[in-house]
Order: sequence, then structure tokens, then C-alpha cells
Amino acid sequence: MTANAIIELRKVGKWYNSYHALRDVSITIGKGEKVVVCGPSGSGKSTMIRCINRLEAHQTGHIIVDGIELTDDVKAVEKIRRKVGMVFQNFNLFPHLTVLQNLTLAPIWVRGMAKSEIEEIAMMYLKRVRIPDQAHKFPGQLSGGQQQRVAIARALCMRPEIMLFDEPTSALDPEMVKEVLDVMTELAGEGMTMVCVTHEMGFARQVADSIVFMAEGSIIESGSPAEFFENPKSERTRQFLGQILEH
Amino acid sequence: MSKQFPADQAPIPTAPVPPAHWAASYEEEPTQASAPPQANGMTALKPFGWAKDNLFNTPLNTALTVACLFLLWLVVPPMANWLLLNASWSGSSEACREAAGACWSVIVVKHRLIFFGTYPYDEQWRPFLACALFVAMLGASGVRAFWRPWLAVAWALTLVGMGVLMWGGVAGLTYVPNDRWGGLPITLMLSVFSIALAFPLSILLALGRQSSLPAIRTFCVGFIEAMRGVPLVSVLFMASVMFPLFLPEGVTVDKLLRALAGMTLFTAAYLAEAVRGGLQAIPKGQYEAADALGLSYWQKTMLIVLPQALRIVIPPIVNQFISAFKDTSLVTIVGLYDLLTAATVATTDPEWRPYFAEVYVFAGLMFWIFCFSMSRYSQWLERLANRYTRR
Repeated sequence: MTANAIIELRKVGKWYNSYHALRDVSITIGKGEKVVVCGPSGSGKSTMIRCINRLEAHQTGHIIVDGIELTDDVKAVEKIRRKVGMVFQNFNLFPHLTVLQNLTLAPIWVRGMAKSEIEEIAMMYLKRVRIPDQAHKFPGQLSGGQQQRVAIARALCMRPEIMLFDEPTSALDPEMVKEVLDVMTELAGEGMTMVCVTHEMGFARQVADSIVFMAEGSIIESGSPAEFFENPKSERTRQFLGQILEH
Repeated sequence: MSKQFPADQAPIPTAPVPPAHWAASYEEEPTQASAPPQANGMTALKPFGWAKDNLFNTPLNTALTVACLFLLWLVVPPMANWLLLNASWSGSSEACREAAGACWSVIVVKHRLIFFGTYPYDEQWRPFLACALFVAMLGASGVRAFWRPWLAVAWALTLVGMGVLMWGGVAGLTYVPNDRWGGLPITLMLSVFSIALAFPLSILLALGRQSSLPAIRTFCVGFIEAMRGVPLVSVLFMASVMFPLFLPEGVTVDKLLRALAGMTLFTAAYLAEAVRGGLQAIPKGQYEAADALGLSYWQKTMLIVLPQALRIVIPPIVNQFISAFKDTSLVTIVGLYDLLTAATVATTDPEWRPYFAEVYVFAGLMFWIFCFSMSRYSQWLERLANRYTRR
């Protein structure tokens, strides 16, 4: 176990009624580490990262984020959610608020920041994701790629220590995938701890410190990208890689 | 921190440039940036050509057109004769007996009874002023530019002013107990106050119905289903006859207040179901995004969920408002004199009794004016609220 572990899952188990979604999942992620989680659909990868900020509750095992264990305790959940930003497959921007209001809402209400102060910071983040000119539009007026970059900026405005990405490019048109991945790559270069569920293997190869492969609710194997792509240990991984790298 | 990026990476060159009117403020109507071409120039044709293309283009359409024209010819001329041309507009009931049309003189003679019921005749300027103030404030509250904190202050002052005018007893005004109030003030106040109180209550009920706490959920479901399962008339009877039996001796609650409470609870149950429809239309992702950002339950509800949910359900909500407005006429069964009851009383005068139809047409017109205004206002509100979803 690394000394600077920021996320630790120990034998985490989860059931949806009788369906066993996570089976004894254990993983330790260090501060600043970039982890890409991949696997076939239904393998539990989204469920796992949604457990990290308790959008889903696990039933057995322990999840410890930055020294705080996730339990039913609402205070602990609130503390962790302030440290953890999340980007969703379907963006989930608030359609009734402008882009700028989407960014400033949580800092104002959750962190109690002054409106003028956070608006300045929000504009800085919008510049970083290259859409400052869209600040006063509504999400419905933006393209998918632009919306996803707004969603990234929205999460960053809370100054998180960890960013979770749940298939951030899966709902995008192919020509918009790159602009989102570029922003994510840039973010990785700044030392953010990132856990990313994605099928973008090019991104994984370029950015990830380690790749985790999941199937049927278990972690089958994990390792550095070089190891993972060149020398997969399990048959199941080879089969998966064979299928997605064919194209 | 942000680095220069090459031109081919510039923000979404492929994305369509949205028309400028998207950024326009809510006040101005967006202009059609590119009007669709008119379908094969239909509107450019002369009226005769249009009629030929649309009304007489097939044998069936020709038959239907002729039938409709015949019906209009049967109905419109006699109606116009009765309503306007042969109507008697002033004078005594004798003059009305001579005239073949409607007797609008009855309205001229009885309008103060219809509008203000049994309120002391010489003091009727007071309910008139109160109603005028009330309607003016309702109108002002609908104007977007007035949605400012001072509007709440203005409302507080208006309510105090209305109370002073209606009850009196101060500033040299004689005291008028509220069992002498009647007509339009009763209808307006009962409907507006019951709607204004029922609306927030209905939101709490709808939220409670979705609560994860079984006690709250059961209470809300029970209340809504109980209220929806009985007629308003029986709710009013309960409020007016049975409720006082539960009170300790000597404690009385005003009859008007009891009717208001009954109407409020009844309206809230129906509104709650409309609001619940809106809550169910909000995608799960919106809740998750709010959770992930660390918003608390009430922040999530007030800032994310309700603003979206209520916009969706403006039409059914206004539908309930209109329904509640008209339902105020049922308070007659607990002995309150609303506009319709006051109109009925006006027809009991033997001299004017033959002209009850005119009185009801007039009362109907009054109801229609208020309901139609609400309907038009909701259409405007819907356009305003849905601006952001336009693509």
C-alpha cells in the first residue's frame, strides 16, 4: 500500500437485489495517480467509481477517501463529495441555468464563496476548457463536446482533489471526442488524481499510470499501460483487448 | 495557464453558430431568424382561391362547409338579436317587457348587489376599492420587471389595506363583520388566497410523496388520496359543520376562514399530483449531478429540481388554478355569498325575476374574464420559462 493513498477500496461488495454488481473489489489509488478503468459493459466499472462518491452505496467492505471512510453518515458523505468532482456520460448540466451559473452554483451554495470571486474563477476554468465565449448561453445551445467541457469545468470549480470520469466521451459524436480528451489530458498533466472509466485506449496508453480491467464485478487485472497492452496476464483481458483493438 | 492551441483545435468549428437572438433577454420576442418558406404559396392566393382550395376542394368538404354555414345562420342572427340588437339597455322592467331581446337594465339596476352582496350599500366603495387594489396588485405581480423584493412589501401593505377597507373599525370607517361581505370580494379573496396557500403546500406534499421516509410518504399519500376521494362540497361541509365540533367550547373559527382552509387543502391535494408529474419528469442524472457537487437535499430541491419541474407543469397547474377559481362558487352551500350566489340573490326580486338569464350571462362573463386572463397569462409564462430549451 502506498503511503500517500487517497482512495482505498477494501473488499467492496455490492448487490442490486440478487444481482452481484461488485465482488470483493480492492484497489488503492495514490495521490496524483491516473487510473483508467475498462471492461465490458455490465462489468461493474461505473458502479465502482460511483461508489467512490457514494452515488451508489456499497454493502460490504470499506471505502476510504482521503482518510474518511464512507458510511451512512451524511456528514462524511458531504465532506467527500466536496473533495471529489464527477463528470458523467450524459453531461448532466443543469438546463435551466446558464453555463456560468452551472459553474458557480455549487461553490456559492456549498462552499459559501462570494459570487464575484467565483465568477472570476469560473471564467478562468472556461478559458481552460476553451469556451469562455459560451458563458452566458444555456447548455441546450451547446454541442455535446462543449457541454462535456462545461461539465469538467463545473466539477473543477469546486477545487476537487479527485476527479471521477464515468465514460465521458461515450455519448459524444466522434468528431467531438478529441476536444474532451485534450482537456482531460491537460488536466492529467497538472497532477490531478483521476479515475476514468473509458474505452478510449489511446487516451489510456498516453495518460494512465495504471489500467484496471474489470469483468463480472471483479478486477481481473491491473498494471501499467505497457504491461497491460503488450503483456496481458489473463485470457479474459486478451479477449477484451482483441475485440476493442481490432478497429 | 491556458496555452495557445492550433487553429484546427479552435472551439468546435463544426458546431453551428447559434443565432444572436438566443442571447437576447427574456423581454423581447425572438424574431424568426430564417422563416420557413410558405408551403406552395398558399397564403398568397386570393381569399376566393383559398376558400376553393380549403373549403370546397372535395365533395365532403363542400358538404361540411355548407352545413356549417347553415348552422351559423341558424344560431348567430337570433343570438345577436337577443344579446345586442333588440336588447334593452336601460330603464325600468316595463321597458324590458316591451323589448324582444335581452334586458340588460337588470344589470344596471342590480350590479351593486351582484358585485358586493349584502355589504352595507353606502359603504360599498370600500369593497370596490379593495377589489381594485387587489386586481391591480395581481396584475402587477405578473409583470417580470416587478419581480423584486419590494413586491412582497407591496403585497403586505395591500393585504393590510384590504383588511382595513373591508372590516373597517379604524380611521373613521364603520365596522363591517365579514358575514356581511359578499360578491366579487369573496370570490376573489377565497380563490386567490386558497391558491396562494395551496401552491406551496402542494409542493411539500409532492416532495413528501417521494420521500424516502415511510412516515412522511404515508402521510402525504394518505392526505392526497383522501382529499381527492371526496367532493369539494363535502370538504366544505366538514370544514363548516363538523370541524367546529372538534374545537373546545368557546373557541370559534371564522366561517370564511374555515371555508378558505377547506378549499386550500382540497386544491393542494390536486396541485400536488400535478407537481409530482413534474418531479417525475426530471432525469435521474440531474439529482446525481447535484449530489456529486455536494448540494444538500434542500439545495438540490430548491435550486435544481423544482425550477425545472415547475416549468414543465405550468399548464396543469394553471388548469387547477382556473378550476379552483370557479370552485369558489360552491361556498354558497356553507352560506357564503360569492359572486354567483349574489347574482342568484339579485334574481329573487319579483320585479326583475324574469330576467335571471341576463344576470347569469353577466356573472358567467365575470368568471370568464378572470379565467381567460389566467389562461393567457399561463401561455406567456410557458413561453418565458421554455426559452432556454429552444434549439
